[in-house]
Amino acid sequence: MTDMIVQPLHAPPPRLVRPSAGIFALYVGVGAFFLFSLYGSNLSPAKLIDGLPNMLRLVGEMFPPSLERLQSVGGAMLETFQMAFAGTVIGVILSVPLAILAARSLTPHISLYYAARWLIALFRTVPDLVWALFFVVTVGLGPFAGMLTLVVDAIGFCGRFFAEAMEEADKGPQEALSALGAGRSEIVFSAVLPSAMPSMINSALFTLEKATRASVVLGLVGAGGIGIELKVAMDLFQYDQAATIIIGVFLLVLIVERVSSILRKLILK
Amino acid sequence: MSLAPAARLVESAIDVTAPARPGAVAASIASVATGTDLDIAGLCKSFDRDRPILSNVSLRVPQGQSVALVGSNGTGKSTLLRCCLRLIEPDSGAITILGRQVHALGRARLRRLRAEVGFVFQRHNLVAQLSVLSNVLHGAQARHSGPRVWYQALAPRPLREEAMHCLELVGLADFAARRADCLSGGQSQRVAIARTLMQRPRLMFADEPVASLDPNAGEEVMELFADLIRRQNLTLVFTSHHIDHALRFGDRVVALRKGGIALDAAARALDAPTLRQIYD
Ligand SMILES: Nc1ncnc2c1ncn2[C@@H]1O[C@H](COP(=O)(O)OP(=O)(O)OP(=O)(O)O)[C@@H](O)[C@H]1O
Ligand SMILES: [Mg+2]
Repeated sequence: MTDMIVQPLHAPPPRLVRPSAGIFALYVGVGAFFLFSLYGSNLSPAKLIDGLPNMLRLVGEMFPPSLERLQSVGGAMLETFQMAFAGTVIGVILSVPLAILAARSLTPHISLYYAARWLIALFRTVPDLVWALFFVVTVGLGPFAGMLTLVVDAIGFCGRFFAEAMEEADKGPQEALSALGAGRSEIVFSAVLPSAMPSMINSALFTLEKATRASVVLGLVGAGGIGIELKVAMDLFQYDQAATIIIGVFLLVLIVERVSSILRKLILK
Repeated sequence: MSLAPAARLVESAIDVTAPARPGAVAASIASVATGTDLDIAGLCKSFDRDRPILSNVSLRVPQGQSVALVGSNGTGKSTLLRCCLRLIEPDSGAITILGRQVHALGRARLRRLRAEVGFVFQRHNLVAQLSVLSNVLHGAQARHSGPRVWYQALAPRPLREEAMHCLELVGLADFAARRADCLSGGQSQRVAIARTLMQRPRLMFADEPVASLDPNAGEEVMELFADLIRRQNLTLVFTSHHIDHALRFGDRVVALRKGGIALDAAARALDAPTLRQIYD
């Protein structure tokens, strides 16, 4: 027994699998479209390099940040968060019934399922600035339009994730309740919702974070909040005031994310 | 692998419906008046066409009798119990429970029938995020609907008290406020039994009620369960892989094999080695 080399009856498979012609064409196509996209975006490293002094000058003028209008900036910041918070809470609440309709195992009728899914998809796929423009026309300039936008945003996000959480909820308790003759709403409220709750709370906190970030830019189209202050400051070349606003926004988003992650740990354990 | 021993067992099974316990004799006499609680006739079920799980199974269970359903893994015991309440739709056959033809019931009537039949699962199937008391309260969903039977906090006093009473019956009154996912396996299963009692069932099914428990807890829970059933003189059909449990807690043992009933005998007429053969 000197020969320790094992000779399997079957040869191992090739190390690399040659892609099929279709896959190969796909790779080439994606690569080509990427180059075409760079061209479409007017890619110009020269411009970026030429612009660096501008950027430095801008940053230089931002410091030190101006504390001149701190009070009105603070007020706008509060308004921004109020929009985000109110919009999220209302959106999360409205998402629950919509998600029940959009959960395959819970929907009372298949047509309601499709209607709910379609509505949620519409809310999610149309970007929030478009919704904001739409609501500014509908209810006029101001934070109310922004809040409505964030409600729609929240429904688009939570509607989908709540429905998924409900579909994935533990089936055992649901079966136990239907075996004892419980009705549909009893099963939804006493088995499905409690099981889905941790995941739903998680989604709701994410929504609040998302809404806080989104609420900052909604002001750019007149839908209330700090965004308009930022735009005005930039347009008037008051970069030191813009800097205050940017730092404020940064802190607000940071605080909301921190608090949300602490809550998440507390609630979900 | 021959069916011969089992077939002999069927022949030798004397007095199939005669209950073993003195108490149940009275029950079976009473059942002449009250009729049969469960009557399965010609039940067939297959999940894919070429492999029937249950073919032409018939079984009558008089009021007050306790039937142990045994058989190897995958012989269709769970399927049989689920078909009885149409948690799985049977392919064909007639099932009569408490005088009602299950296969002919519409949605609403089926719900009302299910309300009268307790079902204990192998997994306790409690709602993990809710309190023990809320979980027991859910048994009342057999009779009521609306927020008062969703959560204990919204329940009216009589229902809360009845739920506490059911918890006392399984010895867990002190755990009412605990979250259900903080319980041990044995405690969880006792809460599940309390939920079934809250339902005030007239007939009880149990699918391997103690299979996920350790031997001691399993023994304890099975004793408790059987005792509660006996005191209320309920009809019970339970499945088990414990030969010992089948013989002790069943008045009658029914064994499934290859889609049919291979053995149907009074528990007192059987002993462990005989029953073992059913698994060969
Ligand atoms: N929902 C289902 N879909 C397809 N096949 C199923 C389904 N439920 C059960 N089966 C099959 O039916 C057969 C019987 O299953 P069942 O659970 O009734 O057996 P059992 O006697 O309860 O077994 P065990 O002792 O392991 O609990 C198994 O072969 C299983 O794979
Ligand atoms: Mg089973």
